[in-house]
Amino acid sequence: MTDNASAETTSPTILDVESVSVTLSGRRILDEVSFTIGAGEFTGLIGPNGAGKTTLLRVILGLQRPGSGGVSVLGRPRSPRNQPIGYVPQKVLLDPDMPMRAKDLVALGADGNRYGFRLRSADRNDAVREMLHAVDADRFADARVGTLSGGEQQRVLIAQALISRPRLLLLDEPLANLDLHSGQEIVGLLARIAREQQIAVLLSAHEMNPLLPVMDRVVYVAGGRAASGPTAEIVTSEVLSRLYGHHVEVLHVHGRVLVVAGEAAGTDPAAARIASAGMG
Amino acid sequence: MFAVGFMMNAWITATIVAVVAGVVGYFVVLRGSAFPAHAIPKGAFAGAAGASLLGINTLIGLAVFSVLGALGIGTLGRRGRNDVVTALALVMMLALGAAFLSRTTQYEPEIYSLLFGEILGVSASQILPVAGLGIACIVAVAVIYRPLLLSSIVPEIAEAKGIRAYRIEICFLLVVALATAMTVPVVGALLIFSLMIGPPAAARSFTSRPLLAMALSVAIALITVWVAIAASYIYNWPVGFFVGVLGALSYGIGRAWSASRSRAPAAALGPP
Amino acid sequence: MHQVYTAIFEPGFFASPQVQVAVTIGGLVAIVSAVTGVFTVMRGQSFGGHALGDVSAAGGSGALLIGLSPIAGFVGLGVVGAAAMDMIGVRRLRGRDLATGIVLGAAIGLSALFLYLTTTGGATTGATQQILFGSIFTTAGGTVPVVAILGAIALAGIAAVYRPLLLSTVSQDIAAARGIPVRLVGLVYMLALAVSVGLSSLAIGAILSTALLIGPAATALRLTKRVGRALGLACLIGVAASWLGVLLAYDSFYWGASHLALPVSFFIVAIVFVAYLAAGIPAARAAARGNRMAALGVAAENERIPA
Repeated sequence: MTDNASAETTSPTILDVESVSVTLSGRRILDEVSFTIGAGEFTGLIGPNGAGKTTLLRVILGLQRPGSGGVSVLGRPRSPRNQPIGYVPQKVLLDPDMPMRAKDLVALGADGNRYGFRLRSADRNDAVREMLHAVDADRFADARVGTLSGGEQQRVLIAQALISRPRLLLLDEPLANLDLHSGQEIVGLLARIAREQQIAVLLSAHEMNPLLPVMDRVVYVAGGRAASGPTAEIVTSEVLSRLYGHHVEVLHVHGRVLVVAGEAAGTDPAAARIASAGMG
Repeated sequence: MFAVGFMMNAWITATIVAVVAGVVGYFVVLRGSAFPAHAIPKGAFAGAAGASLLGINTLIGLAVFSVLGALGIGTLGRRGRNDVVTALALVMMLALGAAFLSRTTQYEPEIYSLLFGEILGVSASQILPVAGLGIACIVAVAVIYRPLLLSSIVPEIAEAKGIRAYRIEICFLLVVALATAMTVPVVGALLIFSLMIGPPAAARSFTSRPLLAMALSVAIALITVWVAIAASYIYNWPVGFFVGVLGALSYGIGRAWSASRSRAPAAALGPP
Repeated sequence: MHQVYTAIFEPGFFASPQVQVAVTIGGLVAIVSAVTGVFTVMRGQSFGGHALGDVSAAGGSGALLIGLSPIAGFVGLGVVGAAAMDMIGVRRLRGRDLATGIVLGAAIGLSALFLYLTTTGGATTGATQQILFGSIFTTAGGTVPVVAILGAIALAGIAAVYRPLLLSTVSQDIAAARGIPVRLVGLVYMLALAVSVGLSSLAIGAILSTALLIGPAATALRLTKRVGRALGLACLIGVAASWLGVLLAYDSFYWGASHLALPVSFFIVAIVFVAYLAAGIPAARAAARGNRMAALGVAAENERIPA
């Protein structure tokens, strides 16, 4: 069951997830998860590792069939052929001698779904160059993608997803491989692009603090259940305790959010166990 | 089919081969080394052909080429892509074999038996060497068992314990080479591969505990060769045909079994 | 000068009709193999490519048995085998190799049966040798159009799915998100591979078709980082290897006192193998240089230090 905060979205709904449940290997990973995302909204999909964030993303992408419930994008039921979604996987395993330069991969992002060869096009080359510049990847535009570091590859994958001008952009744990500074840059970049191009962005992370400055809404997943709404309304002790199924405290420390498991308020903090990595 | 002398030899030899194939094959499947397990015997075939040509004992040619193949794949595989290197090393050895074979024109039955085996033609005098080499193989696996297992499943942990992946890979490939050299004369270069893939792959579908899976893999390999020999005796079709088909069958049964297991209904959950 | 010329091109080389057929077929096969080979190496499916060679062999021997032209068997069973591998195959790499191995084992079993029936049926001698090692000098000239057409079909298939295939090779998930029918694209590739392997089985034999498939492609990929160039380079290397192989095989007939020529397949494979090793030399030297400089605490010029 999902708790939905009462906030109305004024922008057109891009993604509508309705009562999605998924059972894998006998375990109920997701239990009637529902939320919507509108154009230009930056939504964080937050939850501890193993909570089902990747599964949920795969359902939205159409790679995993839900046991019940459904997903619709731009008002139409999700089917891979209908609306291409921009997707940035967490990591792509590539051979170092894969013959593809960063700029080639971004170009494929633009037209990789069209059949046949591509003919040379100055327009497309310009678009690729622009996009690589936007994600600050000009330095390694000519390097083989298989030789890039995690962070560099992440930028190229983001460029590849954005160049196709999607209405919906999904990112699976993009911050996991990045240092703090790069992570902040990427988050800022994504937020700006989301606003400018009215893209709906859903970004999963197990650590929400880097996203706090830009998140419009949060979908918090824990214990198979989800709650969605504005950050201030969802990230509270009451809501999260209900999700986790046991008592958790939400503490605000120096502008950061800290989620800890423990007894009711007033207990010695040293005895509290950290339930999820919420430390800034 | 049990009373006839040569059949007894065939049964005994096949049993030895199946045990070795089941044990070594377990690791072949575990390490995803299907391609080298196919390439080394085939390369060895080329060596046997060459030895034939030069008039030396084919076993020497087999041994030399299978070791060369193992070392080639192991060392070149360090720098190049593993599957590419395996493919090229294999065809290079086969091409040499082709060159040897082209020197004469009367090798048809020889080629056939080197590729597909002559298990019904095994003589009593071959049993002892085969048994000896088989025991050597099993002992070799027993000696490197723990490092091999660790390095195959969690290579990073093994490295941390000082087990170099490269050395283990070379050792393992040499074990495959040894298994090849002893079994090619009986079951042929192409068939030892089927025995090293089908039964272990099937065994893995039923259990993931190493020793149990190895035992099961040996059991399935034994059943495969026994049924193949019996069928070949009755229908007169080559043993290799039955081995290949049975291998595919046991793999299919294994896949069906694990598919049915994962579709089991979820346990009832309490209220949220 | 004339002596050098005849040393290289033994008498009658250019005039011989068999040579003309061999050169044409060799060139066509090399091009188709190089193109499918580049994708095969990129997708890490060298084992699959090799296995299809053995499956083709089973097809060829089956065709011989029932009196069909070998090419029908090579390509026919190859296509069936490719479809089977695609269907059984799973996403994980090891699972896919196992599935390949099983299909291969079954194909070997079939080969054993067909060859046995052929030889006991008292038919053609040397059947095994021909199937496994090729018959480029003895192929009838009438086969050339068939090879050309089938080759063109395989190339057209690859061309049609060129971009989706590249993207799904990088990441199946990204491709699926973009609406690409990943399974279908993969199947088209496998079928093109089957046709390519079938055709080269005809030229240099089922077992050695792998050499023309993998060798030039792997060599090209070591030398360039752009797919388009890799394709061109692979074709160049493949065609050069096959023509040079035909030439050397023809010449070898004249070497020494005995007139037993070495097979074409041997030369082609040797050339391809040497080319691959040679292409590894620049990379090895760069790595060695990088190691030395790293030991000195200096980053090599073009080396990227992973962050």
